[in-house]
Amino acid sequence: MQTSTSPTAPVREELDAVVIRFAGDSGDGMQLTGSQFTHSTALMGNDLATFPDYPAEIRAPAGTTYGVSGFQVHFASHDIMTPGDEPDVLVAMNPAALKTNLADLKRGGLIIVNTGAFTDGNLKKAGYTTNPLDDDTLAPYRELRLDISKHTLAAVEDFELGTKEALRSKNMWTLGLVLWLFGRDMQPTIEWLGQKFAKKPEIRDSNIAALKAGNAYGETAEMPSGIGVYQVPKADLGAGTYRNITGNEALAWGLTAASQLSDLRLVLGSYPITPASTVLHALAKLKRFGVTTFQAEDEIAACCAAIGASWGGAIGVTTTSGPGVALKTEAIGLAIILELPLIVVDIQRGGPSTGLPTKTEQSDLLQAMYGRNGDSPLAIVAAATPGDCFFMAIEAVRLSLKYMTPVMLLTDGYLANGAEPWRIPKMADLPKLEAKFADPDNIPEDYHPYLRNPETLARIWAKPGMPGLEHRIGGLEKHFDSGNISYDPDNHHKMTKTRAAKIAGIAKDIPAQACDSGEAGDTLAVVGWGSTYGSIAQAVRRARSKGKKVAHIHIRHLSPFPANLGELLGSFDKVIVPEMNNGMLVKILRSDFLIDAQGVNKIAGQPFKVAEIEAAIEQHLG
Amino acid sequence: MSPSDPIKLTRKDFASDQDVRWCPGCGDYAILATVQRTLPELTQEKEKTVFISGIGCSSRFPYYMNTYGFHSIHGRAPTFATGLKLANPELDIWVISGDGDGFSIGGNHMLHVLRRNVNLQILLFNNRIYGLTKGQYSPTSLVGLRTPSSPFGSVDRPVLPASVALGAGARFVARSVDTAAKHLGPMLKEAHAFRGTAFLEIMQNCPVFADGTWLHATDRATAAETQLMLEHGKPMIFGKEKNMGLRLRPKKLELEIVKLGENGVTEDDLLVHDETNQAMAFLLAAMEPPTFPIALGVLYRAPAPAYDDAVISQIEATIEKQGAGDMDTLLNSGHTWTVE
Ligand code: SF4
Repeated sequence: MQTSTSPTAPVREELDAVVIRFAGDSGDGMQLTGSQFTHSTALMGNDLATFPDYPAEIRAPAGTTYGVSGFQVHFASHDIMTPGDEPDVLVAMNPAALKTNLADLKRGGLIIVNTGAFTDGNLKKAGYTTNPLDDDTLAPYRELRLDISKHTLAAVEDFELGTKEALRSKNMWTLGLVLWLFGRDMQPTIEWLGQKFAKKPEIRDSNIAALKAGNAYGETAEMPSGIGVYQVPKADLGAGTYRNITGNEALAWGLTAASQLSDLRLVLGSYPITPASTVLHALAKLKRFGVTTFQAEDEIAACCAAIGASWGGAIGVTTTSGPGVALKTEAIGLAIILELPLIVVDIQRGGPSTGLPTKTEQSDLLQAMYGRNGDSPLAIVAAATPGDCFFMAIEAVRLSLKYMTPVMLLTDGYLANGAEPWRIPKMADLPKLEAKFADPDNIPEDYHPYLRNPETLARIWAKPGMPGLEHRIGGLEKHFDSGNISYDPDNHHKMTKTRAAKIAGIAKDIPAQACDSGEAGDTLAVVGWGSTYGSIAQAVRRARSKGKKVAHIHIRHLSPFPANLGELLGSFDKVIVPEMNNGMLVKILRSDFLIDAQGVNKIAGQPFKVAEIEAAIEQHLG
Repeated sequence: MSPSDPIKLTRKDFASDQDVRWCPGCGDYAILATVQRTLPELTQEKEKTVFISGIGCSSRFPYYMNTYGFHSIHGRAPTFATGLKLANPELDIWVISGDGDGFSIGGNHMLHVLRRNVNLQILLFNNRIYGLTKGQYSPTSLVGLRTPSSPFGSVDRPVLPASVALGAGARFVARSVDTAAKHLGPMLKEAHAFRGTAFLEIMQNCPVFADGTWLHATDRATAAETQLMLEHGKPMIFGKEKNMGLRLRPKKLELEIVKLGENGVTEDDLLVHDETNQAMAFLLAAMEPPTFPIALGVLYRAPAPAYDDAVISQIEATIEKQGAGDMDTLLNSGHTWTVE
């Protein structure tokens, strides 16, 4: 316990880490509330991680459980990697939000509940037969019952808005209160409101009034016993300039950075699909970087346009989710036999088919690895955290340009929408990317379009427009020595082996697999890929702090694997592979390395909790 | 060869070293010859010429052209062409497609490339049959056609490519015949000169699987009676004696054939071809012998901004207004904070 030095300020209890979940109807503005709280928190120097969870329906009927939208933020004075297992604080704006979220709240946790929304109608829509505020439903928790609706109406009274319009500000009233509880500054939100509603001064001012009123309420009202005010001191982050970044933002910027680093135009072909559309939105804004975005008529057209652009000497990119990859499959196969650069970004979501569009999953790995006709090896990389999407986008482009091959970049809904504080890199520190084009002034005597670099096996990149290098490419098998169509059996064998060797050869050009924590020869290896990074890292560190001999291996290059991976995995007695699917990486590791790796699977559309991984470690270490 | 090179390109310069492998007598040979003969008149920059095709007999076309060529996947040629055009708007792109490639599996892309008006030429080889897969009925085959996949006669109603193109919002729609080099050559030039998507349907004979499918319209012996050669601003007259004409049936929006000199009909009563009139183009596109002559030439030409021009000018205008982007500035935009 620490006391503040200011005589008028309240005594704030110091906490290491707090998880807050804002939950309400999708019309209640919970995503905005959560992200504004996140901003203020980041500015205080906390480490943090967020997890928005919104319904699939665009406008689900108000007050129903399937219209509940949530935003969870975890912030701490130390480094954290996940949005937190269980909330310490739950803000429930209506009965449906209480119903769907209460079970997750920590016992003894704080619940802030808007009693104003607990009308008979809303209770019924949420499926309550009795009012949970009247029985002992909330008994295991600390409660702060407030009629937020009424307080908000009073706060914005002067603006003479209609009731409906006035009530829209109740999220800001709530934010004001929560900012007060955790000692965060209101100023960033006031500035943000000022910008967002610059053209609607009435809305701006009423929201600011509500925000301030919520804050003032905290300051002046007598809080019930057991409800303290808190502070979470700064985290010890490394020196540098930071920002909050979501995975999709980082991805869009990473692709743009790759375009700058290679001096090539970025051409995105994309078709709107959840959760990938925000990458298209972000890139569509960046015209001043010469970024060209093409919203195609379908997923196939999006991918094919990207391939056409690549042939023309641009970085062709297509962004999508699993169902979109399925449609692009034939075109990806074409890019493999054409041996042209192409970036396919798969922001995975729950499947199969349309599945769970707004929920996260890692179930496209086998599709990425094997989901094409013919022997069609593909380079695959995966981002581990929201900020890592920036770097893996650059890595995907690097490999694609150097090896003249499509590269698939896997992320998922959790990375796409989740945010973390991110130390902003300097462009000058990032290595340039080199695109090697054929030289029309220096045409090799034996020129043909499938002439290869003997080291990388990449074929020569001659783009239309270059005089003297005219050639024909296509989906039919090509002769190794001339690039002409060939149905020769031995040639097809050789070309298939060559395409495979080219991808396999990338292993020499990527970092050796290291342990994120622990070391070779420990008893247990926990092997992950993609967005499970945070949960696994934290769980393994906790287990190690208890003296367990367990290591965390996180794979970012999935095809090919780092050259030492098999040997590294072989040094452990046991290997477990947590994945948000029914066992995919585990299958590949078992078949590639003949090891008895065991899957730990969660297929709930939700990320792993740290505790779940800890339990798996316990179980396997015995 | 650079553009300043004084040596003129010839037909031979556009022929690749690959053996042409269509069946003997295929209409594609005639089209290839006319394209190779016409290109030297259109460009001296072979390296900027690109042929992109899908899948099918016609889609072999790029292999026989000594230009840049791309034999892509079934139905998707317009999408690769659009992407390539966005990467390098300087290129002169010809899309080669067939009735199956362009109006069955690739129907969606055809619709969208036409409505966007991407600056390229589409040559649609319409032979009313699937040749490469050995003779199944295609989306332009007539009802009743017996093929291996329709042994009792096709019950599918056919699509009219020119009408669909017009419906999709194409700004240039023309029609010609594979072996009519004297007509096809100038049509290629007109298509090439159009800034936007130029859609040229070529009636093509497949002697192996649909021999004579267009004979009722293209037979030289009867061509004068079965073909209407469209010319902008000229009355619609056809027939060996140049005495047949087209006019609107009084009180109806439909065409009728009239004979000049009969019932007091004079040239003044006839329709005058107006390339910019879309309603007229629809009427012309639907004509087919024996009821009507087939309309050949430019059915519709109404220039509109090309898609790629609009995309590029939007990018350029943004750079002019906002300045070229600086990545470090972008990364540091919005809320940031510094940890010492
Ligand atoms: S099958 Fe018909 S269209 Fe195809 S090459 Fe032979 S003749 Fe020509």
